[in-house]
Amino acid sequence: MASEIFKQIADYLEAAELEKREVVKITKTIKPDLTMAEAYQAQELLVQKKLDRGHKIVGPKMGLTSKAKWDQMGVSEPIYGYVFDYMLVDNGGVVPFQIHPKVEAEIAFLIGEDIEGPGITGAQVLAKTEYVLPALEIIDSRYENFNFTHTDVIADNASTSRVVFGNTLRKPSDFDLELMGATLSINGQIKDLGAGAAVLGHPANAIAVLANMLARKGDKIKKGEIIMSGALTSAVLLKVGDFVSGKFDGLGEVTFTVGE
Amino acid sequence: MDPLTTSDPEISIDEAYYIQLQNIKKKLVEGQKIVGKKIGLTSVAVQKMLGVDEPDYGHLLDSMVVENGGTIDIKTMLQPKIEGEIAFILKKDLKGPNVTVLDVLQATDYVVPALEIVDSRVQDWKIKLQDTVADNASSGLVVLGGKPTKIEDIDLELIGMVLMQNGEVANTGVGAAALGNPASCVAWLANRLADYDITLKAGEVILSGALSSMVVAKPGDNFTARFAHLGQVSVNFK
Repeated sequence: MASEIFKQIADYLEAAELEKREVVKITKTIKPDLTMAEAYQAQELLVQKKLDRGHKIVGPKMGLTSKAKWDQMGVSEPIYGYVFDYMLVDNGGVVPFQIHPKVEAEIAFLIGEDIEGPGITGAQVLAKTEYVLPALEIIDSRYENFNFTHTDVIADNASTSRVVFGNTLRKPSDFDLELMGATLSINGQIKDLGAGAAVLGHPANAIAVLANMLARKGDKIKKGEIIMSGALTSAVLLKVGDFVSGKFDGLGEVTFTVGE
Repeated sequence: MDPLTTSDPEISIDEAYYIQLQNIKKKLVEGQKIVGKKIGLTSVAVQKMLGVDEPDYGHLLDSMVVENGGTIDIKTMLQPKIEGEIAFILKKDLKGPNVTVLDVLQATDYVVPALEIVDSRVQDWKIKLQDTVADNASSGLVVLGGKPTKIEDIDLELIGMVLMQNGEVANTGVGAAALGNPASCVAWLANRLADYDITLKAGEVILSGALSSMVVAKPGDNFTARFAHLGQVSVNFK
């Protein structure tokens, strides 16, 4: 039974997350020929398990939003996963260390109206966005040494672990997101930086791609969701005690400390 | 040509700057004028690549300035590469030592976006610090554009830039890529020049260092760098 194997994959990855331990990738263990469609089916089961435990979806998140990463993974579109309420940490708070966390700076979109693909463009996304806000995303693959294929990472909810949102909300029409600069510092040292255009030319383009990807399964972006649009910077490895700061032009600063 | 450091491995950085200055003096005798300075090697990544822990600088001459939107005949260059930068135009002299970022901000009239076309007279860009210093810090041409912007209202550290090559994103950058803040690079320059008793003068244009990696230019290319708050600057190659 095909759905049995997806349930097995979801159980395997959920256990790794709950027990904070790394596991060998799916394509080396449970299903070597895992396709993209199957990986999203497994992800849906994992998402359902979280919903069944009473967690709520904050919004989807985009991954693999840079052309450089596409070349690296041999793919030609981004991936998505879901951020849940239990993953949120307040600005300035403590992010508990899980397996082998990394941090990236991103722009989040607070959606003002449903966005239903196909054929959605970045301009339409901006028109339906209530606010943009700065965010730090902590990714923490459940796979050993971050060693995974494209389909493995989809099944693993796109490595999503924790999210810290900033407190500055701005209308997307107030400034040019494409040219917004951001720096990512750890313990006072700049580790990486990027501008909005690093995300598919414009962060809104990533949200448009998401709407169009969701349309394939009859789904849409919903009003009230807060969506992570993809990394402006590379992912920087964290250790316990690190003080992390993301500064965003016009959107203020987002910080957290890595706890035990 | 081959790197100087191949024929003369013992050459010091001071000697390399002396060679640069002698060549610049020759050009002044020929009637060219100094319009400013450029700072190079301002990213940690590039410094590591060359095994150095400080930037370098070169002189900008009037003959190097290309109009915004102009066209460069690639045959007039050797192996050009292009990068987006923030240019400072000074309204007061800056003389080191002990110039701080705050001094730079107070001495700055305005900033504009710039494209620097670097070029190396050393074959295949096989340069060490002394090679590029002697070679006027691999200076080529410079294009200034956008709108002159006062720095009171902007955060230089967080200015984003996207460099487009023929309409596609070639790379992106942020002000902090240049030693954490482009104004820190200008302060470094003022202090380093004090070693040679040189003053940065009011009216000079200071290219503060690349915000992104260099892109190789080919005939037919159009490059446009768009900057948050500062507008854009573009150039073509034929």
